[in-house]
Amino acid sequence: MNKKGHVPFIRIVKISERSGKDTLKIRIAAFISALAAGGLFILFLGYNPIELYGTIISGAFRSKMAFQATIRFMIPLLMSSLGVAMAFKMRFWNIGAEGQIIVGAVCASYFALFHDTWPHFLLLLVMFAAGALGGGLWGLIPAYFKSKYDTNETLFTLMLNYIALHIITYLRDGPWKDPGSSGFPKIARFAPNAQLDKILGVHFGWIIALILVFIVFIYLRYTKHGYEISVVGESKSTAKYAGMDVRKIILRTMAISGGICGITGMIQAAGSDMTLASSVAGGVGFTAIIVSWLAYLNPFGILLVSFLFSVLEKGSSVMQSAYGLSTYFASVLQGIILFFILGCEFFIRYKFVVSRKGGR
Amino acid sequence: MFVKFLNAAVFAGTPLLFGTTGEMMNEKAGHLNLGVEGMMAMGACAGFMAGYFYDSILIALLAAFLAGMLGALIYALLTITFMANQNVTGLTLSIFGVGISNFAGEFMLVNSASNTLKLPEQITAQISNINIPGLTTVPVLGPLFFQYNIFVYLAVLIAVTCGIYYNNTKTGLNVRAIGENPGAADAAGIKVTKLKYINVLAGGGICGLGGAYCSMIINGGVWMNNPVNGQGWIAVALVIFASWKPYRAIFGSFIFGAFNILKYYFPKTIITLPNALYDMLPFVITALVLVMTSIRKSKENQQPASCGVNYYREER
Repeated sequence: MNKKGHVPFIRIVKISERSGKDTLKIRIAAFISALAAGGLFILFLGYNPIELYGTIISGAFRSKMAFQATIRFMIPLLMSSLGVAMAFKMRFWNIGAEGQIIVGAVCASYFALFHDTWPHFLLLLVMFAAGALGGGLWGLIPAYFKSKYDTNETLFTLMLNYIALHIITYLRDGPWKDPGSSGFPKIARFAPNAQLDKILGVHFGWIIALILVFIVFIYLRYTKHGYEISVVGESKSTAKYAGMDVRKIILRTMAISGGICGITGMIQAAGSDMTLASSVAGGVGFTAIIVSWLAYLNPFGILLVSFLFSVLEKGSSVMQSAYGLSTYFASVLQGIILFFILGCEFFIRYKFVVSRKGGR
Repeated sequence: MFVKFLNAAVFAGTPLLFGTTGEMMNEKAGHLNLGVEGMMAMGACAGFMAGYFYDSILIALLAAFLAGMLGALIYALLTITFMANQNVTGLTLSIFGVGISNFAGEFMLVNSASNTLKLPEQITAQISNINIPGLTTVPVLGPLFFQYNIFVYLAVLIAVTCGIYYNNTKTGLNVRAIGENPGAADAAGIKVTKLKYINVLAGGGICGLGGAYCSMIINGGVWMNNPVNGQGWIAVALVIFASWKPYRAIFGSFIFGAFNILKYYFPKTIITLPNALYDMLPFVITALVLVMTSIRKSKENQQPASCGVNYYREER
């Protein structure tokens, strides 16, 4: 170590600019290291990592049914990731996707349960609007307090998740309880009229999700609104100085972000669960944060990452039946991947400099 | 009846107290760590398994503390040294921690002889409620103060120590200075990185202890998946409720513990409310507290100013 106190042994120095190629190389290296770290973990448990990874991949693709299940995992993840990415672009920490999904699902379920005699097309359209509205309003609450009183949105959206969750349990145990169910209280199954139609074996949510990828991409990249979002994200004072109505931008963006999550809830309830279950969000809102961050908030990146994560989710369930290992392996590996990517960002922007003897 | 209610509130509040104190230590050093749930889950699994195999409360507590600390180390490395986004890192730690805890728990369960994991006798005796002859039998005061398990006293002891640390010691005040303005603290010669690491790691360890309470006490000494079950998130909320004051965390935890068990004790003759409303209560109250403190803008009851923002000394 250096004897002169003021020159530290290792310093962190900012790198002016790395080329895009270098950046990509570092990120790929981080991804591979993450898989290797996961492999070591598997090895430690006494299994062959290559065999296990193989099982996961083949498990997600081995049959038409398996692939359809993978896509069903992917739809809510992709949509809610797009939703939170919009808020994140604005540096608004919307970790309330979970709650927005739930409230959207609750609002849509009202029509599915009590107006199921309406014409199919009209009913689905109303459910769609109700989901968007519910999720949007749930997203507006923290946005309102953030823009007016600077209330911490991270913690507020988090609390709203749990409030939303207990709204479902309240409805399930009370007003919306299925009188036909004995034992466990649950909400009645939607009538076929209120269920999403299938296209190529999967409910048509996948088409909505894909369309949404393009819409969000264009919205963020090529519209005035999208530009305003990124300016507010970079610096609120800059936005104010440029004459932007920051408050309006925050409210509008959060309404859209929550609205997308609300639609996710409607699609999950009417397309996948066919009822309103308390697990309608089931942690997707949290995983969405990892997904959108791994994709650097790029909609097409989100498409790719959410597909990879769905392969992992579906493959883990096959791994469970084959090896008796828990499906929680998926969240372990997702965590490891993001840890490595978060870590590698540092090496893109900074580098360590080891001081030689005698200072610089 | 009322004493029983208070007892139950203390028992229900103890894991929250561990989590709250741990998270508070993180936030005092300027790090909003949303990984409490994950660190508690890691502590829950490690504590239970160590207790199961070594049949000793000391080893179990040590394992839980180390596991929580390991989770915090990942977080500290990424946010303090690598300056990664705190929100995302913390959330990932929660997902990862819960995942690995349940994964390991199921792994042990499948590989166990009888497909159940139950704590052995000696440790069960060690974690059962204490009985001090002459004190426990005193009416009202006895059951109110001298009839808990070792975790309860440990939680209060840690919280009080924490209060003294942040209010009355130089190091603790230095940490608070870092939380408010790391640049100024650094200029004043405080070792920012070192103190941040110490506080984040210790906080993680304390969260781990809270997890051990969840897995060893709440489920009656039998391993079940998801032992922490959202308590870590309530702890994050409680830090706000306690307005970043360690002593208030003690009462806050027990009040929230009371909310958790209110549905079993509230006299049904007065009014019957759905259980879901009781379960929602802690979160509604926290949200209200959050909004109120931000409206009032009182300097006293705010989050440490630099919380959530990483510190890079060459960018002052």
